[in-house]
Amino acid sequence: MSSTHHTLTPQRWLILICVMVGAAVGDFLLARGMQQVGVVDVHHLGTLFTAIGNPWVIGGILVLLGFMACNITALSWADVSFVYPATAFGNVITALLSKFFLHEDISKSRWLGISLIVVGVGFVAQGPSRTEHAEETP
Amino acid sequence: MTEHLSAVSLHAWVTIWTVVIFATAGDILIAAAMRRLGDLDDIRTKSGLGGAIKAVVSSPFLGAGIGCMAISFFALLYALSAADLSLIAPATASLTYIATSAGARLFLKERVDKRRWIAALFVCAGVALLTQ
Repeated sequence: MSSTHHTLTPQRWLILICVMVGAAVGDFLLARGMQQVGVVDVHHLGTLFTAIGNPWVIGGILVLLGFMACNITALSWADVSFVYPATAFGNVITALLSKFFLHEDISKSRWLGISLIVVGVGFVAQGPSRTEHAEETP
Repeated sequence: MTEHLSAVSLHAWVTIWTVVIFATAGDILIAAAMRRLGDLDDIRTKSGLGGAIKAVVSSPFLGAGIGCMAISFFALLYALSAADLSLIAPATASLTYIATSAGARLFLKERVDKRRWIAALFVCAGVALLTQ
């Protein structure tokens, strides 16, 4: 089993942390921006294009682009099932940002839901970091 | 926002699924495009960096994939304008992961192991609890 473990250099750890935090912070910035823009009406979807000009939304887009770059880099040396649990843990960061900065009221069942998602996705981290492909079997 | 959560519930579900379906279609189309192109390093050795960029940009699958991603992004903004981040973010991210696993198996013939299906069950239960 030890052959499936990766030697993670400090630089790779840094990229994994960016993957973990990036999606959460990016989504938080988008949500903060959309709070300012207000509820978008189904009949006025054009408002979504003007929302892109909001500084918080611009910040969110930039952070999400950084997240995508880190995610792609991480995927070049590890498999999705190794990288994804890192993003799943980001859900906890998102919940904390929602509670403390967007003042959302998070119910007990919502915390339980978030925990189930993190545990469920974390479970796949127990698998090998590279998934086998059918054509690779000798 | 929580007190009228039940009232926005159906609305929230529709926007969540719009985000999920277009993000999944985008992922699958981009993966299919990259697979059809083959190894980018080989293309670069043969026809240089310009050739590699041209090969990527002229792929119709890639264009369609990026279009789906754009729709998914605007649907996410729309969802966030009306519902809590602590509902939308975990629900869209985890459902997209599950839908992409299913899509990869159906369309790209990738092997998805049992472990990932068990994870899917946890995720579904978790998402159901998010809206309570």
